[in-house]
Amino acid sequence: MGLFLLKRFATFVATLLAASVVIFAVQGALPGNAAQVMLGESATPEAVAALSKKLGLDQPAPVRYGHWLRGLATGEMGTSVAYETPVAELIGERLAVTAPLAAMAMTLTTVVALALGVYAAAHHNRLGDVGVMTLSQIGIAIPNFWFAILLILVFAVKLQWFSAGGFPGWADEPWQSFKALVLPAVALAVVQAAILARITRSAVLDVLREDFVRTARAKGLNRRQVLWRHVLRNAFVPVLTVMGLQFANLLTGTVVVENVFSLPGLGRLIFQAISNRDILVVQNVVMLLAAAVIVINFIVDVLYAVIDPRLKVHGA
Amino acid sequence: MNFPNRALRHKSFVVGGVLVALLVATALLSFVWTPYPAADLDIPNKLRPPSAAHWLGTDSLGRDIVSLLIVGSRNSIAVGLIAVGIGLAFGVALGLLAAARRGWVEELVMRFSDFAYAFPALLSAIMLTAVYGPGLTTAIVAIGIFNVPVFARVTRAAAGGVWSREFVLAARACGKGAWSITWRHVLPNIAAALIVQATIQFAIAILAEAALSYLGLGTQPPMPSWGRMLNEGQNMMYQSWLLAVWPGLAIVLSVLGLNLMGDGLRDLLDPRLARQR
Repeated sequence: MGLFLLKRFATFVATLLAASVVIFAVQGALPGNAAQVMLGESATPEAVAALSKKLGLDQPAPVRYGHWLRGLATGEMGTSVAYETPVAELIGERLAVTAPLAAMAMTLTTVVALALGVYAAAHHNRLGDVGVMTLSQIGIAIPNFWFAILLILVFAVKLQWFSAGGFPGWADEPWQSFKALVLPAVALAVVQAAILARITRSAVLDVLREDFVRTARAKGLNRRQVLWRHVLRNAFVPVLTVMGLQFANLLTGTVVVENVFSLPGLGRLIFQAISNRDILVVQNVVMLLAAAVIVINFIVDVLYAVIDPRLKVHGA
Repeated sequence: MNFPNRALRHKSFVVGGVLVALLVATALLSFVWTPYPAADLDIPNKLRPPSAAHWLGTDSLGRDIVSLLIVGSRNSIAVGLIAVGIGLAFGVALGLLAAARRGWVEELVMRFSDFAYAFPALLSAIMLTAVYGPGLTTAIVAIGIFNVPVFARVTRAAAGGVWSREFVLAARACGKGAWSITWRHVLPNIAAALIVQATIQFAIAILAEAALSYLGLGTQPPMPSWGRMLNEGQNMMYQSWLLAVWPGLAIVLSVLGLNLMGDGLRDLLDPRLARQR
């Protein structure tokens, strides 16, 4: 187990480093000079030279890369050109919207998908199963931002239960702030839940066909007892894999959905940074999002070893 | 039962096939006929509800919605085809290489595809647009790059299975080289798995392009795109809410069709895969 964890941890660190190299290289591959791109084509050569010096662009790439990594580790990510605020501070502010939104959406996804998936498997090939599968097939095809627009149409424009967008801020109005995240979280969760429900259903069905389930039934446990005691724990491994991958989709989904609801989160920040040519912000936020995905996948791998004892043996 | 007969009895394949055929037919139709020229502005007739003259109404500039939807389908198909093509070309090559060479080559390809999963299509598109500016080409390349590791994984898994079969062993015993075996025996045997994956990735590409165009990072005006139509529809929601409904429906029907067709193809082409579901 120890060796397995160590190997996984080494891959995790290597992946993080590789991601940082790719992001740095792509941003460094700017046609022309980054300072020129930030200031626009009408900028004077003097202004470009001054900004280049300020950003340290006159130094060789390895030095700049090292500087950036050190900044990431210490939180000194430089100052945003457009906001004239430290990038770390900006990201911190925006995380207060994106992190709760992602958490709400993931919780909603998990609860809905597990309930529907287990229900469908327990009613295999009956009306309930067909209904859930049809719904999930449609759910997978719906773009999350369109579903978000439909939610606004129904619940904000017609029924007026929620606001159509905006975010009042946790400090001023905590309840209204929570309410502002409900529709975005539902929009994000629907598509993910549709996928996860299918995976859950097929994972539960696979375990139901195993010999030990038949044994458990033969010794007198009823279907419900077998499901709760034996099936769910075993079905959880494939479900967990997909949940890890889904978190990545969810994070990038927030970029779009935050824009639909004009929420001041990381997604909106990165989008505005692109329009403002605020490359420092783009680079750091992309790194943060990629790192979040890599960390989640690492945690999922470690959890495997805890849930599935067979993996411990293979790994060690 | 032969393939066409089995295909016609498979419900989801038939429904998916009809929807996909409709999408392709619409895109082809756009080259010869639309009710109105899609780019024609008609300000006096803006935001009209559905009528006999404009079946689905007009947008805020008086353009005919049906015409815009018909021309927009071209975009979705083009993005899907090219992005899946990029994924197939590079991903399949990497996957075949990994399966044929094993050892450190395989390890390298697999670690690369693990790593590439940290950059979902949207994130890599954002990264590329920040540098090269928004546009259809950037969007297609970003979605295509995202497809590479997906196809690399599917190919390696499927090709690895073929390499362990007896007929490959026989071919090796006959003195056939790795490339000849890959070309003659492995590729034809994994084609089914690749076709199924390609339909799924096609659907994902349509969704990603719509999202990017909605954000203004994909297709640029004046070229019509379903994603951008949704953006404009959202702005006009209080005046004419139907504008925010039609393009979404078009996307859902296309993606649904591709997914159903992919599911159907999996059942029809590879019974072993179907049983795992």
